[in-house]
Amino acid sequence: MLASLSLLLSCQLIGELIAHWLALPVPGPVIGLVLLFLWLVLSEGPSDDLKQTCQTLLQHLSLLFVPAGTGIVLYLTLIGDEWPALAASLLISTLAALVVTAGVMVLVQRYFAREES
Amino acid sequence: MNLQFQPFSAIWVYLAASPLLGLTLTLLAYQAAHALHVRCKRHPAANPVLIAVAILGVFLWLTGTRYETYFSGAQFVHFLLGPATVALAVPLYAQFRRVRRLLLPVILGLLAGSLTAIVSAVLVGRWLGASVATQASLAPKSVTTPIAMGIAERIGGLPSLTAVMVIFTGVLGAIVGRQVFDLMRVRDQAIRGFAMGVASHGIGTARAFQENEQSGAFAALAMGLNGLLTALLLPVIAGWLLVR
Repeated sequence: MLASLSLLLSCQLIGELIAHWLALPVPGPVIGLVLLFLWLVLSEGPSDDLKQTCQTLLQHLSLLFVPAGTGIVLYLTLIGDEWPALAASLLISTLAALVVTAGVMVLVQRYFAREES
Repeated sequence: MNLQFQPFSAIWVYLAASPLLGLTLTLLAYQAAHALHVRCKRHPAANPVLIAVAILGVFLWLTGTRYETYFSGAQFVHFLLGPATVALAVPLYAQFRRVRRLLLPVILGLLAGSLTAIVSAVLVGRWLGASVATQASLAPKSVTTPIAMGIAERIGGLPSLTAVMVIFTGVLGAIVGRQVFDLMRVRDQAIRGFAMGVASHGIGTARAFQENEQSGAFAALAMGLNGLLTALLLPVIAGWLLVR
């Protein structure tokens, strides 16, 4: 548990440092994610301890969004002013992303199935 | 002066200034929200984060507590978002070997879906008069919350607004996804799951797991890959995408 937590925090710390030093626009924890992924590839999979620690941390991932989400109270005026734009953007963009992703995958798969036959 | 009321208000003044209150309230509100979510048979519209945020918002409003005061306690929960983001590497690694079967559809579908989500969110927002900060908050909305908030901060958005937009996106996708794929006559569970993960991150992934295991696994993979891709892509294209 402690070793795994240290590994997670170290990956994040190194990620933050890399982002800061190289002035990368990518968030530090995302670089940490990539570092841990590379670590997993090199060590051929997570240890049981790491698996369990991550599972514990991710089990209630939703809880971790609550403090930031509550910050919405600071932007109620903004939402009141811009809600048509927000609502339309969410609806159209979510539908478009679903349709385009599935559509492109089906087309690519069909194209290659035809090549093979 | 009401002597009986005095001690309570004194205790409240003490409590309201202590980080313990914000922390405890966050945990209690989340547990209540989670219980309600389970009672609603885990319907995506009864999202526990939305319910918890609503409970806390009403509480802050009723007691006249400032968000900053609340956050001084809640930040201990918020801090865990960083290590939790790093921890996403473990499920991503577990899903990765499944890609081989569908390598090219996955890569092209991811690129197309990710770009579509970003560009359409920004353009529709701008077209209807959203401010630049709002557009920047909308841009990463298809990505899992911890990554989306990090991106929003980098490109001049409002991380709190992004957090809520991300959740709404997930809820929307989880509700309409099944019907959209049926209308498109997409039957491959891998593709249905992957598209769900690209468009609606973790909430869509939870929904995909309800359909079946393979769909859920591909959704989890898509969520991770889209988080990475958007984190790399969006800060680079934000410069020309987000104009007044």
